[in-house]
Amino acid sequence: MDTSPLLSMRGIGKRFGGTRALEGASLEVRPGEIHALIGQNGAGKSTMIKILTGYHRRDAGEILFDGREVDFASPQAAQAEGISTIYQEINLVPYRSVAENICLGREKRRFGLLDWGAMNAEAERLLARFSIHLDVRQPLTRLNTATQQMVAIARAIGFDAKLVIMDEPTSSLHDQEVEILFNVIRQLKADGVAVIFVSHKLDELYAVCDRVTVMRDGRTVKVAPIRDLSKLDLVTTMLGRAAEQGETAFRRARHNPADGKELLAVEHLAVGRKVLDVSLDVRAGELVGLAGLLGSGRSETAQVVFGANRAEAGTIRFAGAPAAFAEPVDAIRAGIGFLSEDRKVEGIVAEMSVRENLTLALLPHLARHGVVDEAWQKQIVDWFIARLKIKCASPEQKIRELSGGNQQKVLLARWLCMTPKLLILDEPTRGIDVGAKAEIQVLIRELAEQGLGVLMISSELEEVVEGSDRVFVLRDGRTVAQLDGESLSEPAIMAAMAHGDAAGQDARAGRDQA
Amino acid sequence: MRNDHATTSLLRHVGQHGVLVALLVLILFGWLRYDNFLGSFNVLSLLRYNAMFALVALGMCYVIMTGGIDLSVGSTAALGSVVAALLSPYGLLAGLVGGMAAGLAIGVINGLVVTRLGVLPFIATLATMLAASGTALLLAGNQSVSVSYETAFVELGQGDLLSFPVPAWIALLAYVGGSVVLNRTAFGRHVLAVGGNEDASRLMGLPAQRTKFVVYALSGTLAGLAGVILAAQFGAGQPIEGVGWELFAIASVVVGGTLLTGGVGSVGATLAGVLLLGLIFNMLNFENGMGWISLSAYWQSVIRGGFLLLVVILQAKLMTREEAAA
Amino acid sequence: MIDAKHLRAALPQADVTGLLRRYGALVALVVLILFNLAFTPNFATWQTLNVNLTQVCAIVIVAVGMTLVIATGGIDLSVGSLMAISGALAPLIFLGHLVPLPHPLLGVALALIVPVLVAGAFGWFNGWLITRFRIQPIIATLVLFIAGRGIAQVMTNGNLQVFKVPEFQFIGLGRVLGVPFQALLMLAIVVLAAWALQRTVFGREILAVGGNERAARLAGIPVAVVKRRVYLISGLCAGLAGLIVIAINSASDANLIGLGMELDTIAAVAVGGTLLTGGRATVVGTFLGALIIQLVRYTLLANGVPDAAALVVKAAIIVLAVWLQRQGRT
Repeated sequence: MDTSPLLSMRGIGKRFGGTRALEGASLEVRPGEIHALIGQNGAGKSTMIKILTGYHRRDAGEILFDGREVDFASPQAAQAEGISTIYQEINLVPYRSVAENICLGREKRRFGLLDWGAMNAEAERLLARFSIHLDVRQPLTRLNTATQQMVAIARAIGFDAKLVIMDEPTSSLHDQEVEILFNVIRQLKADGVAVIFVSHKLDELYAVCDRVTVMRDGRTVKVAPIRDLSKLDLVTTMLGRAAEQGETAFRRARHNPADGKELLAVEHLAVGRKVLDVSLDVRAGELVGLAGLLGSGRSETAQVVFGANRAEAGTIRFAGAPAAFAEPVDAIRAGIGFLSEDRKVEGIVAEMSVRENLTLALLPHLARHGVVDEAWQKQIVDWFIARLKIKCASPEQKIRELSGGNQQKVLLARWLCMTPKLLILDEPTRGIDVGAKAEIQVLIRELAEQGLGVLMISSELEEVVEGSDRVFVLRDGRTVAQLDGESLSEPAIMAAMAHGDAAGQDARAGRDQA
Repeated sequence: MRNDHATTSLLRHVGQHGVLVALLVLILFGWLRYDNFLGSFNVLSLLRYNAMFALVALGMCYVIMTGGIDLSVGSTAALGSVVAALLSPYGLLAGLVGGMAAGLAIGVINGLVVTRLGVLPFIATLATMLAASGTALLLAGNQSVSVSYETAFVELGQGDLLSFPVPAWIALLAYVGGSVVLNRTAFGRHVLAVGGNEDASRLMGLPAQRTKFVVYALSGTLAGLAGVILAAQFGAGQPIEGVGWELFAIASVVVGGTLLTGGVGSVGATLAGVLLLGLIFNMLNFENGMGWISLSAYWQSVIRGGFLLLVVILQAKLMTREEAAA
Repeated sequence: MIDAKHLRAALPQADVTGLLRRYGALVALVVLILFNLAFTPNFATWQTLNVNLTQVCAIVIVAVGMTLVIATGGIDLSVGSLMAISGALAPLIFLGHLVPLPHPLLGVALALIVPVLVAGAFGWFNGWLITRFRIQPIIATLVLFIAGRGIAQVMTNGNLQVFKVPEFQFIGLGRVLGVPFQALLMLAIVVLAAWALQRTVFGREILAVGGNERAARLAGIPVAVVKRRVYLISGLCAGLAGLIVIAINSASDANLIGLGMELDTIAAVAVGGTLLTGGRATVVGTFLGALIIQLVRYTLLANGVPDAAALVVKAAIIVLAVWLQRQGRT
């Protein structure tokens, strides 16, 4: 293989306002290589990519691509030179058709006007490379997230890229689709196209990548063939310190609070098309995990319990009484807290300070005749900042300036200061660096031991298995298994997700009889 | 469940074609109720008068499809009418080009302020609305500017071509062109993409800024053209005219089914929206003429507002249904 | 030992753009005043102050309501029309055209209350459209923009109502210790609103709703109630402003009252530093913004610039202010 690099980024520096995002960072990719780019959140991976593709301008350093020095002023320029990118969020236009989304930017024309026939055919051809066949004329929104992601990849491929950058492309895909993606990547390699693969998921990197670049605090700290490093080496390098053996901080003594009072009981819940027949229950002091593939209805179930959505069938009992909350405020009053999946969209109020975000739900209780008691508010905020070790310049700092992990802690504090009976957590450690992740996991376990009921939705199997006392597995909107004790293991969960196995059936039947 | 799907499907058709249905119903009503409603005099007058609004609405449709808005179109039309009137002594072409150029200038300013300075379209066009109005008043010396009858200029507003009013021809051509551009050119698809998801379209490498710039320039030019027709039709350039035109245009576009958030739109439906709202005024005159009810012209805005309300509520209900079904 | 490096590390880096954003409006106002003191004859007189205050009060009152609406991420285009409705209704009441009055003062009392409440009710209607049907604020308030003035015109048949009722007109022409009553009213409203936005639960809820509506709802904030309330308040402010305007003019013309008011108020809000997308608002800024725009207009007029040109200048100011706002953010 030709070892002179296809891409060479050296000494890259970038500041945003007062924050230094990159300093002396470098990245080198050889032709036809699959190169992993990893680091915690805030290490600078996304910034590197955005500078390379022309979304941001660098402050220092040089970039050489295909033998020439380049300085892309826009994503369009980068695309024209052969660098295509697919991002974590589906960056396509929802109302436009599949074919348009694939062909926009390199439209086919006949007599000066658009040739829809040719474009539709092209789109079908590209999708067929992944064995995907569908009506390319339908609007993109009709497809599920996973298929939309495939359309995004087909688009990038279609632009005859020499280098394809994939920024967390598997975050919305399930195992079968991930395998298809890997095959596509291997095909690209065979065709001589290089791939930069940015991901948090270590297993995936070992499956397809050749070399790895590790970034930390805006710098490149290690570059090596991935076979030469163990997973522990990678994690140590990313964190800059020795990591605990074991994947999650949950790997501590687990206690079985089988004698806790029933807190939440959901039976045969149905809502829309996502939730068809879901049953689960949570006892006080228990950490119940809710596992399932993307689209299995876990978040939707949580939203109904919390009153953000209304059930169409089934019953919910909370603290022994029937509960059909019409609005979140009713659930909150009853003693439920809900940490939503997407903190940027449903969690933080970006313009407000840490203090205000923390006390957002508590505010009515902090007021006398409608006026906020600021001294009391400050007391509570200071206490929680210390308790949760939230890193911020001051409680007045704007929450958007905090890292993901600290933002998540503020949101967690928002609910904890309400002293809830039940805490519903939707992907509480997603998109958070390893350090904060461990802290949050430890905290959740402590809260459960103090008597709080916790319902935790998570897509990370190790987290679910190691942290939960019991696990319910959802598949296509139905509860298919309840696992605990001996039966609680990763293979068991995966089997339930895949088949909805016999063991799961028995568990459900057993519960109905009890 | 099945009933639900059928109703949603029906509602979707109503949403997309509702404006056409309403238009037909209104025409039918008018034909049955008033004498000479569908007579050539009434129809042609209606088309002649509403041609200017149609042009403004077309430009507005494009702007709204990119997710923006253009509040300056009324004042731009006024400016266009003043410039056209001032240049009318030099011929039809001078007046026409002058008016359109004035509109283009305002449109270009809008485009630059929105794309280069990054100011929200609402604010940017609010500002140019004031600026255009001020400029029109300055040029006109705070009064109407009479059009010269010595050149063919007035033909643009008062003339006929093949027994069909010239302004209506102009509007028709513009709409045909607008529809072709939207559906059959890359630019048209970019307009919809930018409105549908601007960040994504930029990341997809589409020229989002340039597309937005062109759209505002287009809107300004069409408004200027509308001003030319205004001057030619009424014999004078009027610097204080154009008040409320932008809102009439927005109403027409919305009634036609284009989403204010951008990304979805139809040129043809916008035309139907213009005709629908214009018909209301027309029918009000008839109603007064019949003497049974004496509705002052002031009722016109109340009824237009009510109509807009009805359409908007229907559209909103349709959208919530669609979202629930997805 | 203290050296330059330690010193620099100890002092916070001066955030120029942040300072500009927060105090820009104040600085601009001060500059304008100084300019006028230097170049405009008869500027530093009570009469000048009076004239300017008179013209700006109504705008500020409406703009305060508008600030709250914009803070929730919405907009209210109907304010001008609501002013017209209020201004058209009041004379009908105190002149006894609607209902025979046992006592003229009762008419005045009713005329000070009922039109404001009616405008408030229409404002609440706006809020209801927006929350019940999830219609975009610009479209929902567009309905009343179009229909509202028509309602006022239908009520009066487009006729001018001229009157001379000192008890009623006190609201526009009266003075308390030499200061125009409306100015006091304006200041009271500004202070109350600014305080409420900062210190009350409702005020913080407004900002949360504008900042991130979904997060606000999930945090238990009654989003729909908050929205309906701000539109109600906006309507009340417009109603009040309508009364003031007709009181000053001793006449009520439904065709003209509040014409262009929506633009003037939005301009004041923008120049004052409130974020037009919602989530961050300053009532005091709006107050300064209205003063700036008024002062610019006055400066131009007093120095012989035609009114039409003043429009162009006003436009440039708006763009400049908003652009500066943006610069301060990135």
